[in-house]
Amino acid sequence: MTSTLRPPPPAPPSSPQQAQSPAPRSPRRRRSWRQALRRDWQLYSLAVLPLLFFLVFRYLPMIGNIIAFRRFKPGGSIFGEYWVGLRYFRMFLSDPTFWEVFTNTLVLGTLTLLFCFPLPIVLALLLNEVRARRFKRFVQSVSYLPHFLSIVIVAAMVMQLTSIEGTANQIVGLFGGDPVAFLQKPEWFRTIYVSSEVWQTVGWGTILYLAALTTIDEDLYEAARIDGAGRLRQTWHVTLPGIRPTMVTLLILNIGSFLAVGFEKILLLYNPLTYPTADVVSTYLFRMGFQSSNFSYAAAIGLFEAVIGLILVLSANVISRRTVGTSLW
Amino acid sequence: MTLGTKIDAPTTRGPVDSRGYRIFRVVNTVVLLGVVVVTLYPFLNIVARSLSEEAYIIAGKVTVVPRGFDLTAYKLLMSDAMFWTNYRNTVVYTVVATLISIVLTTCYAYVLSKPQLKGRPFLIGIALFTMFFSGGLIPNYVLVTSLGMKNTIWAVVIPNAISVFNLLVMKAFFESLPSELEEAAAVDGLNTYGILLRIVLPLSKAIIATMVLFYAVSFWNSWFTAFLYIDRQDLLPVTVYLRNLIAGATSAESAAADADKVQAAATLQAVTIVLTTLPILAIYPFVQRYFVRGVMLGAVKG
Repeated sequence: MTSTLRPPPPAPPSSPQQAQSPAPRSPRRRRSWRQALRRDWQLYSLAVLPLLFFLVFRYLPMIGNIIAFRRFKPGGSIFGEYWVGLRYFRMFLSDPTFWEVFTNTLVLGTLTLLFCFPLPIVLALLLNEVRARRFKRFVQSVSYLPHFLSIVIVAAMVMQLTSIEGTANQIVGLFGGDPVAFLQKPEWFRTIYVSSEVWQTVGWGTILYLAALTTIDEDLYEAARIDGAGRLRQTWHVTLPGIRPTMVTLLILNIGSFLAVGFEKILLLYNPLTYPTADVVSTYLFRMGFQSSNFSYAAAIGLFEAVIGLILVLSANVISRRTVGTSLW
Repeated sequence: MTLGTKIDAPTTRGPVDSRGYRIFRVVNTVVLLGVVVVTLYPFLNIVARSLSEEAYIIAGKVTVVPRGFDLTAYKLLMSDAMFWTNYRNTVVYTVVATLISIVLTTCYAYVLSKPQLKGRPFLIGIALFTMFFSGGLIPNYVLVTSLGMKNTIWAVVIPNAISVFNLLVMKAFFESLPSELEEAAAVDGLNTYGILLRIVLPLSKAIIATMVLFYAVSFWNSWFTAFLYIDRQDLLPVTVYLRNLIAGATSAESAAADADKVQAAATLQAVTIVLTTLPILAIYPFVQRYFVRGVMLGAVKG
């Protein structure tokens, strides 16, 4: 996600002051802040409100994490009352429930990554082989659709489909089975969660791959064919390397959000019966904060989660830059 | 990747139709049809349920065709004042939030698109960093609460006003505009605001429309912020109405008013899903390609 490189702007017409400067002329000579402000103050003024937004609603909460190290009383200062050091971190590290939800997070995160990352690639490759453009477009339009739904709607649909009289149980009935209360069974939660996630994201995920596929040079296929490569070998040696940068970029992003598994969806779908498999770090944090009003404790968990997420992105980025030469920045 | 690039340029990999490949193409078509069926089925099922008689649903007989055509649930929901209040709230929140978001995003993206601006890397960095690290739920909650925004529209429309992804998409678009136009306008004596309003924005209708769509859909669909910060039922958006319905926590006066409603729970949920999704489904065919374009632009150039 590097910013587009542009040629350096042409050197400004030389003013008397600049002519006096002794340094050799270079188009990238730094202007002083005073000059920049005088010249571009109107541009800077446009940035004031958005900057304020970032500072207040994105950076202030980061500083607000300080309450993870301080005792917080609801209604008191947003930075808490007094220092307690690492007390809350020690608390959750020795909390068996925390390790349970941490394991669940890893399992759900891994499963999501395992299915939601490769499936769009497969679907994009299949779509790419379709010659009938109308059919291709139709399949694409339909598969994007679930992406535009609210998570509440998706959760409600999941509930209807898995209810006692829902489609899932109609299928179970066809095979002579007894109705299963799927959403009450911990052993079913992972399946339900991952399938609904795939249903919602797989089509949308193909967009970038399809775009990347169109940029592959036709000559490469030509050359591969002359070398005697069949369709499968062409796919393996030309198509896949061609979309590798896209794959790596999306993989890094996926790894970065690895721990932030579908918090909202789980919150809507889980219940105390399915906690053994469904409760994840963020839902546990939510209950600690808002049902037990233990804000400092919950903030400590949240900070821990965010730092791990950051470390994951940074290391994935470094690893991919060293190994495949693609990175986010 | 420019705006005009077709995403479905035909693949011309030559006429190597071996027998194996012909078989593959048949299988491929079947698989893709399967994807279509699996994707559409939940929608059809919900619509069928919403139009069916409760008895057939409970008996597990409804799949994609309504059984025992019945509009009672629609009438019930239509007569629920709270549903309409919440529906109207969703519309208001979406409009206000989108407006705020568009103004802030446009301003910042325009500033970021000026390569000669001193401090630009810093301004970009400030935005980018928030994609990878955030304050977290609790500090955000404490902040919004202590700003006194609880139970006001501001809690819903302000804290998510700028999406960094959208910002990058817009920045990429502004960077693709020919800078000569703006230089000419500057020579003619327009100041920065004038250039933005009278030169740049008229050229940016496409991207602004895309941004409006991106933001509007995300605000229309959002529920968690309202769920977190709004306790008063008459201020909730319809997504939270639906979430309360599926969580079985609808307020007593609106749900248990008559015994019929308790019986019609499954149908009522289906109807609520249909009515909440309807606006999205109605505009989807027309706006879909803009989204696709925007995503590609943002990802490839961002």
